[in-house]
Amino acid sequence: MKKILFYTNQFFGQIGGEEFAYTEPFVEEGKRGNANAFAPAIQGGEIVATIVCGDNYFVENMETCKAFIKEQVERFAPDILIAGPAFNAGRFGIACCETCKFVQSTYGIPSITGLYWENPGVEMYKADCYIMEVGKSAATIRKAIPLITGFVNKLIAGEPLGTPKQEHYYPKGQRVNVFHEKNGAERAVDMLVKKLKGEPYETELEISVYEKVTPSAPLKDLTSAKIALCTTGGIVPMGNPDHMFAATAKFWKKYDLNGLSELPRGKFESVHAGYDPVYANENPNRVAPYSTLKILEKEGVIGEVYPYLLTTTGNSTSVADATRMGQEMAEDLLSAGVSGVILTST
Amino acid sequence: MNLELRKVAIRDICFDTENKIADGCLHVDPKALEELILEDSRVKAVSFDIARPGESVRIVPVKDVIEPRAKLEGGETFPGLFSEDMGEAGSGITYALSGCAVTTTGPIVGFQEGVIDMSGPCTEYTVYSQLNHLVMILEKQEYIDQHDHEVVVRLAGIKAAKYLATLAFDCREYETETYEWKAIGEKYAEYPQLPKVVYVYNCMAQGLLHDTYFYGRDAKVMVPTMITPLEVMDGALISGNCVSPGSKTTTWMHQNNAVIQELFERHGKEINFMGIVLNPLMTTLKEKFRDRMLTVRQVKMLGADGVLISQEGFGNPTTDLMIVCQELENAGIKTVIITNEDAGMDGMSESLPDSVQEANAIVSTGNSNATVMLPAMEKTIGNLKEVERVCGGNVTSIQEDGRLLLEIHGIMGSHNLQGNTKLGAITV
Repeated sequence: MKKILFYTNQFFGQIGGEEFAYTEPFVEEGKRGNANAFAPAIQGGEIVATIVCGDNYFVENMETCKAFIKEQVERFAPDILIAGPAFNAGRFGIACCETCKFVQSTYGIPSITGLYWENPGVEMYKADCYIMEVGKSAATIRKAIPLITGFVNKLIAGEPLGTPKQEHYYPKGQRVNVFHEKNGAERAVDMLVKKLKGEPYETELEISVYEKVTPSAPLKDLTSAKIALCTTGGIVPMGNPDHMFAATAKFWKKYDLNGLSELPRGKFESVHAGYDPVYANENPNRVAPYSTLKILEKEGVIGEVYPYLLTTTGNSTSVADATRMGQEMAEDLLSAGVSGVILTST
Repeated sequence: MNLELRKVAIRDICFDTENKIADGCLHVDPKALEELILEDSRVKAVSFDIARPGESVRIVPVKDVIEPRAKLEGGETFPGLFSEDMGEAGSGITYALSGCAVTTTGPIVGFQEGVIDMSGPCTEYTVYSQLNHLVMILEKQEYIDQHDHEVVVRLAGIKAAKYLATLAFDCREYETETYEWKAIGEKYAEYPQLPKVVYVYNCMAQGLLHDTYFYGRDAKVMVPTMITPLEVMDGALISGNCVSPGSKTTTWMHQNNAVIQELFERHGKEINFMGIVLNPLMTTLKEKFRDRMLTVRQVKMLGADGVLISQEGFGNPTTDLMIVCQELENAGIKTVIITNEDAGMDGMSESLPDSVQEANAIVSTGNSNATVMLPAMEKTIGNLKEVERVCGGNVTSIQEDGRLLLEIHGIMGSHNLQGNTKLGAITV
């Protein structure tokens, strides 16, 4: 028999309405309030305790509430947490989601709540716990109970979960690999035939809309500018001492070039697996043109060259990793008073 | 044009003192094969090994995988590689040794290529684990530079494959597949009621270990071209050993192109398979725009209602994929694309480095950043240490107990972009 911890608020916990929204959290063994409506539909599991907390108290005292929930999780050692459902209720939604997020991330205990799609908690927390698609108000509880308990029963039985659409929870936004019955070519022709017939089909990947980066305004005066050189061309010191990846890099490196007028041949190489590196290995300045910048500095065209190379491998790097590395590089450059950057790619 | 493909099933490979095929076993005389390969004076030494499905064997780094094919009549397979002159491939009788491959290994430059395990979880990811491999380990002469090294390895693999397939000419047992390819007008008239489908076949054309060869010529110096699926089966297209193991199109994947197979399967039933436009994926934006224009023009000349685009590589080639898709959709031609994803190890990143809103029908062959733990293998053919430099591997990949933690990128063919894999990805 799996143990289930239930979380609810003052209203569904049958304390009272808005005037009891500052009720401090308390726990009762077994079922209380709307937990009673869920219990009969759960198979192979039992609601061992119900936590009740006023919505205002929760959102204004989150840390205290989480400490309380921590005590209860450690006391009852539940296998699953059910919170709410909160329908379209804002504060209750936050309380349910925060509770789920805390329990899920701290203990790895599957935590489930239910929200109406317009509830802001969906966008805020869908990546952190299972949020089931329920109706707008408590009047839809008759539909919410079988939905949530059906999902919980699958978790209890260890049955494989279907897609978010099949299970009716909001996708967490995580891409997970699966093996299909048909290979990619068969699926592609299936999709094309449907598309040609005007029948509904489902793309396997929704196109994201990316943030467009607006280029900075040009520098007004190069002669006083401090220019840095960055590259995604995988240029590193010979021998790759920091083990820069050939692809899917997760980090970038900063190499000291003080006293150098170029990247010396034979002292730097490319580890990038996405282009023919022979020419860059012959002369690394072909990919990271430090020599050219130093000439421009000497000629007085640019004020100063930042004497470091900021480098990574831009090859099958995820957008998230690339964005993070870009931000980290920018912080370094800003703190060094760099006013312009030449970023070379391959 | 008619092609008869006679597939001889190879269930085992063994070393022997003569070259022959008997009872489904490919007998290989390594001495004779060595002599053949050493005809190229740029080769210093060559040796062979065998890897069979189910064995505790890992091959790394793999350069190319080639299905032995040879022509009984109607010209030659792999035309344009070993002679100045060449005939059009795709007609006559071709013998194929199915279930086996000539697989080349060995380092060429810096970074290396991927892994094939013959047992364990890797077998779920790649069709190569189901093949019997004759692995060729080649050493070049010192004076050969890296570009020529690639040429030597590429030609040696094809040469061995072409020779071994001739052994099948004596075989009585084979499965026959027949294909016909008519002129565009005839094809149009044959199934006027069915939607006309064209296949846009993207191939890498970007430099050392990122190239494709068409009739032995470098795809970097070609423009998008109409080709026939039959010549593809005969080895008119071969791999230039692209380094992204998961998404590279090996010669084997060209020969057994899953999109072509599926389009033939549906031809005359649900669709009218009108033709293929081979589109080289070049490095500069100017070339990408030119090739988009030329590709779309040829698709229109073929009268397409719908297009399927397959892919090779990832990153800048995604731009080619997207802009061709966009142009086709804007021309009213329904388009489906095949791509893999780089959604990060946790799967939480955006999946593609470039996108257009018109790409509304995508088949995903999986998140290549996801990791898989591969068990230690009793034997490694090649050099295990090279895993640290493959796409999807790094210095922490080899575990103390010999297991291997790899992004699935590192497995040859794991997310094959002609869709010859069951791997996909869903959002949860």
